[in-house]
Amino acid sequence: MASEQEILSGLAEIVNEETGLPTDSVQADKSFTDDLDIDSLSMMTIVVNAEEKFGVRIPDEDVKNLRTVGDAVAYISQAQG
Amino acid sequence: MTATARRVVVTGMGATTPLGGDVRSTWEGALAGRSGARPFSASWTQEYDLPVTFGAQAAVPAEDVLERREIKRLDPSQQFAVIAAREAWADAGTPEVDPLRLASVVATGIGGIWTLLTAYDTLREKGARRVLPLTVPMLMGNGPTAAISLEFTARAGAHTPVSACASGAEALAYGADMIRTGRADIVIAGGTEAAIHPLPIASFAAMHALSRRNEDPARASRPFDTQRDGFVLGEGAGIVVLESEEHARARGARVHAELLSAGLSADAHHVAAPEPEGAGVARAVRDALRSADLTPADLHHVNAHATSTPAGDVAEDKGLRLALGDAVDGVAVSATKSMTGHLLGAAGAVESILTVRALQERTAPPTINVDDLDPDVSLDVVRKDARPLNGTGRLVGLNNAFGFGGHNISLVFASV
Repeated sequence: MASEQEILSGLAEIVNEETGLPTDSVQADKSFTDDLDIDSLSMMTIVVNAEEKFGVRIPDEDVKNLRTVGDAVAYISQAQG
Repeated sequence: MTATARRVVVTGMGATTPLGGDVRSTWEGALAGRSGARPFSASWTQEYDLPVTFGAQAAVPAEDVLERREIKRLDPSQQFAVIAAREAWADAGTPEVDPLRLASVVATGIGGIWTLLTAYDTLREKGARRVLPLTVPMLMGNGPTAAISLEFTARAGAHTPVSACASGAEALAYGADMIRTGRADIVIAGGTEAAIHPLPIASFAAMHALSRRNEDPARASRPFDTQRDGFVLGEGAGIVVLESEEHARARGARVHAELLSAGLSADAHHVAAPEPEGAGVARAVRDALRSADLTPADLHHVNAHATSTPAGDVAEDKGLRLALGDAVDGVAVSATKSMTGHLLGAAGAVESILTVRALQERTAPPTINVDDLDPDVSLDVVRKDARPLNGTGRLVGLNNAFGFGGHNISLVFASV
């Protein structure tokens, strides 16, 4: 099981590969859509890659609740626990 | 073509091929008679016990040119197209153009086959949830033209003619039509292919279309030679910037050549075999010359389709003689697939670029590996070394491209 910090840096790598954004711009308080400008197709790609990387399942109906990077980190952390 | 029809010129060229990562290195490689064929490094050659273990891979991998993010979001066929389009656009002087007057016509013969088959592997091994959301935009045949339309904001249209190995040439023909009929002032046109994957190799091998000279890849592609036994699968892209002559003149653009005309025909003979007497080829060549108000005697150079298959090369020989008559004897014929291999849907575009370069340099590139010219071939094949083109003043060159399905396309270029 990964710590929240490990999840955040793992997620930042996934976002970087998908969008080209620098990993240090992927902070817990950033909104995927408003701050990071990630469209729905990219968001789904990030979710698929996160599921694979962290060994969790993030159902489609939960994805819309993941507004910020912090929301996603908390969700993954809880799902792993 | 009416007297008032707009003239179409080539103002930019870009390529990534088995001979080099740009037009300059590709042309230099062709002039020097270098082969781009080599053994596959991938482990799947052994894994699947493929009967063909070599090909002509891109000299510069896309991974060395594009950002990692672009590699992940674009199918290899899109990657090659984007690389060549960026070179062509820069070569054209990065034109200022109204997006509504700019179009993209980029073809592929096979499409995003790497993406399709990799996604199928993922589906079978990991299930539907692991299939990535960008799978469809990456595998669709119009993916390359869509990527280029997006990157260069081309809003006059984005098109994808598909005619197997004639696709790249058909894209140039379509793009020129868009300019002549007033739909666009500039068209980014060309072809791309990235099908060096075990499935297409197994499939082409199953129809005995590929050379099996595994022990000597550099000598495997030998158009018009008696010992030819099939083509060598290549990959890459060729993209040109086509522009109306008045638009190019108004912005002071450098013009590489004029695209005078295109001739298109269909064999309706067999899905894969060429019509043996070359009748369909001859109709395409004749139509192209007629559209340009030229006679066979006006022609100096042909970049032949000549893939190195036993049947195809002879059919093209007959078709050219049928169309040009005795005038064919004065024409220097080059088969550059002897060096590049066969780039399928990119072939007609890459070879159009080589045709333009030949006219600019007034030099026909060589056809390598013709140790023993097939006695059934009567063309004046430029063998071994490059040859200066006969003629003073304007030079005219023709590029042939044919595809499974019976497609025949001839493009006529003139030096400026």
